[in-house]
Amino acid sequence: MYNAEKIIIGLVVFVALMTFPFWYNAGRAAVAPELVLPEKERECVESTPFMRAKHMELIDDWRHAVVREGQRIYVGLGGKKFDMSLQNTCMSCHNQKDKFCDRCHTYVAVSPNCWSCHLEPKEMR
Amino acid sequence: MERSRRSFLKIAGISVLGVGAKPLADALAAGQGSKTGPDPRALPAKRWAMVVDLKKPCPDNCRDCFEACHKTHNVPSMPNPKDEVKWIWSESFPHAFPGQEHDFLDEALKKHPVIVLCNHCDNPPCVRVCPTKATFKREDGIVMMDYHRCIGCRFCMAGCPFGARSLNWRDPRPFIKEVNKEFPTRTRGVVEKCNFCEERLAKGKRPACVEACKEKVLFFGDLEDAESEVRKILKVRTAIRRKPQLGTMPQVYYLV
Repeated sequence: MYNAEKIIIGLVVFVALMTFPFWYNAGRAAVAPELVLPEKERECVESTPFMRAKHMELIDDWRHAVVREGQRIYVGLGGKKFDMSLQNTCMSCHNQKDKFCDRCHTYVAVSPNCWSCHLEPKEMR
Repeated sequence: MERSRRSFLKIAGISVLGVGAKPLADALAAGQGSKTGPDPRALPAKRWAMVVDLKKPCPDNCRDCFEACHKTHNVPSMPNPKDEVKWIWSESFPHAFPGQEHDFLDEALKKHPVIVLCNHCDNPPCVRVCPTKATFKREDGIVMMDYHRCIGCRFCMAGCPFGARSLNWRDPRPFIKEVNKEFPTRTRGVVEKCNFCEERLAKGKRPACVEACKEKVLFFGDLEDAESEVRKILKVRTAIRRKPQLGTMPQVYYLV
């Protein structure tokens, strides 16, 4: 190999730089987001593990049911009935978007565009 | 030999039935318990329609219906008329009914502005041209928009012969005077129009404009129901529609 020294040094520097985020953060877990739960309600429309994993799908189903099928009532846990509305039902309990929705969404770097149309509780207050 | 083959096939058949039974039962069970349903308060109808009485001129400067609508639906009032967002507004008679005006028109019709809104056509061109099916016709006749799907292409605005659709050229939020917290706003790049107050009908309330009108100029009801308000008034009065020659079959009727 011609210029073996330079190439090998170059490769080592390249690999070191590319993997920098991995070894720099090794052994240090980022702090999990802490959520502020609603004070008055202890139970959501479905169980907590379900909501944690599938709230996006649930909200998407709600949107489809309300807008396209004209269905507005959701039968949740224990047969309790809810008005399918992000703005009026979800946010009436989870009334601190910045301390509930945003904390996880920021942590996992997703930015749902719900709030470009739906009013968040800050604007509602 | 023959016997054992026969019994083998029997057992195999029963096993297949047994194995297949569980998924089948699961599928049936899943289909049964639907988790969504309509609001029991919802007003039922087969064909919603509106009637506007042109012979009962609105008092000067009465904007009750416009304001009720705009407040209910967070309709912005844009400073630049080019950005205007319209759900319900007024036009002069010749503009609302081109080709039906003449020099000897009834003074009342000539002078007073005509309340116009989306006609919720039976044959809506906006629905046909929408490439994303964001605009669709419901079974009760309401031509509705799914703002989530709108890509702002404005084909529907080109298709609508009544100018009933408006694009949000800019973010409407700063221009909403008084925000209704129960209804969403729209965002930049989305087309919007009158929705016949479907969100109110779903909760058993009549449209905001009809409810706000103290002069009883606006009527609302089910055309398929012979006992409804609209059918009763259409039975005794003559009604015209906007641009009927275009074949869109508007469902807003004007009493003359």
